[in-house]
Amino acid sequence: MASDTLAAGSPRTDAEISGLDALEIAGREKAPSRLRQVWSATWPKLAALALAVALWQAVVWTGWKDPWALPGPVVVFEDLGHYLASPALWHGLATTARRAAVGFAAAVAVGLLLGLAVARVKVLRAALGSMITALQTMPSIAWFPLAILLFQLSEQAIFFVVVLGAAPSVANGVIHGVDYVPPLLVRAGRNLGARGLNLYRYVIAPAALPAIVAGLKQGWAFAWRSLMAGELLVVIATRTSIGAQLTYARELSEAPRLMAIMIVILVVGLLVDAAFGAADKAIRRRWGVLDQAGN
Amino acid sequence: MTSTTTTPRSATGSVALRGVTKVYGQGEHAVLALDGVSLDVAPGEFVCLVGASGCGKSTLLNLVAGLDRISGGRIELGEGVNPGLMFQESALFPWLTVEGNVEVPLKLRGLPRDERRARVAELLRTVHLADFARKRPHQLSGGMRQRVALARTLALDTPVLLMDEPFGALDAMTRDILHDELERIWSERKLTVIFVTHNVREAARLADRIILLSSRPGRIIYSTEVDVPRPRRIDSPEIAAIAAEVTDRLRTEVGRHGQ
Repeated sequence: MASDTLAAGSPRTDAEISGLDALEIAGREKAPSRLRQVWSATWPKLAALALAVALWQAVVWTGWKDPWALPGPVVVFEDLGHYLASPALWHGLATTARRAAVGFAAAVAVGLLLGLAVARVKVLRAALGSMITALQTMPSIAWFPLAILLFQLSEQAIFFVVVLGAAPSVANGVIHGVDYVPPLLVRAGRNLGARGLNLYRYVIAPAALPAIVAGLKQGWAFAWRSLMAGELLVVIATRTSIGAQLTYARELSEAPRLMAIMIVILVVGLLVDAAFGAADKAIRRRWGVLDQAGN
Repeated sequence: MTSTTTTPRSATGSVALRGVTKVYGQGEHAVLALDGVSLDVAPGEFVCLVGASGCGKSTLLNLVAGLDRISGGRIELGEGVNPGLMFQESALFPWLTVEGNVEVPLKLRGLPRDERRARVAELLRTVHLADFARKRPHQLSGGMRQRVALARTLALDTPVLLMDEPFGALDAMTRDILHDELERIWSERKLTVIFVTHNVREAARLADRIILLSSRPGRIIYSTEVDVPRPRRIDSPEIAAIAAEVTDRLRTEVGRHGQ
């Protein structure tokens, strides 16, 4: 009954403790309404979009270029409507999406393994650390002549370049994430009994997750660019990907279709990027590192 | 010369240091952090280590916790004892909830889910945080975070608790409350505590025995029993008298470095 001897004369009560807790965390949580949040995030984007379209229309009105070279927004959006309703788009999109998924997945696998190896093995870091960053600065389109020599005009050539374009970003994300795991958390984890693989599972991997997601996001941007460059150059007649359709549109001087396809490419890239952005934000919210504006 | 032995002893909860030495770096740049520290802590004893900067207080805890290798001497712990370590910062995992954090050591020990749940609930009640199980660390105050960290360390079911200035970053009122809480938990669970602090009053408030370490290199230069009955108050005259005595010794030691 050791506790009784203390409790009898204890100067603190439970009420006192919970009272202090309540005072200390009061006012920490305030959530602006969801609708307001969405609106305040959306209207600047809509305004910017409207401005861009208006500018485009203004340039067309000046007569700087002939309409067959630079069509106005109305014509383009009309064509986009037809394009969205045509099977050509969806077949092309299916081909392109499959390539994007396979290529990006391969890039992520390579990037994760490479990043983990470089982050943990000193020799590899000395050997490859700066090379990974150098690879990142290499414009992916510059890889294509080599890729075509190696793999001819095939999907392999495209995958080769997509992986080379995206894997360094993913690897850098992993390296950065592992490097910046707070040493205190690692010590705490080890003290709690996490050794070897468990230390990775319970401490290092979750602590590195925000940086890894940032790497994936950047990797996606590179993968998408590389894929589009590849599809423009490596046109496989039997598979009319989005990129191939863009090439055809230029060859046939179908300017409205060309721009409609560009809009599709832009929107797909943005949608996937937004998905990564949402994941990133969800993580930061959980961690409590979201700034006041909710960005 | 590197004998990194941690010999098991029969009495669980006891901690014995035998001429423990720690050197950082090599050759000319080598720094002697701890120089032959010998110390016996009995099971259930509350020992406070006090010293100025550079006395190797934290180093000593890291060595006992097995997070760092000793350069010489021996550390003897009870058989199978892995001491729990708490830091000045809570070191909670920000990606987990309060209950998730407390659950980690239980998961690592392979406890089944139901048992884990019951243990987490019990531990959170112990630190008066049952209502905050689903919160995330950033939603709590500093004192509450330290209580979660304490619950997480207690989840190790270890008889030895090592605390590295755990209340150093807290305001006075919160610290007072946590002193009471820690004293209660220590006494209920019959823990052995080695508590590092630079706050002499805090040491006098909590300790059965205060040990003063010298700086560069760290050696034990003074030790005193605190014969004040519990519960104690940090502002009581008896505690103040003991704190004054230790402070004088500490000042003499710090002054030695100014010459």
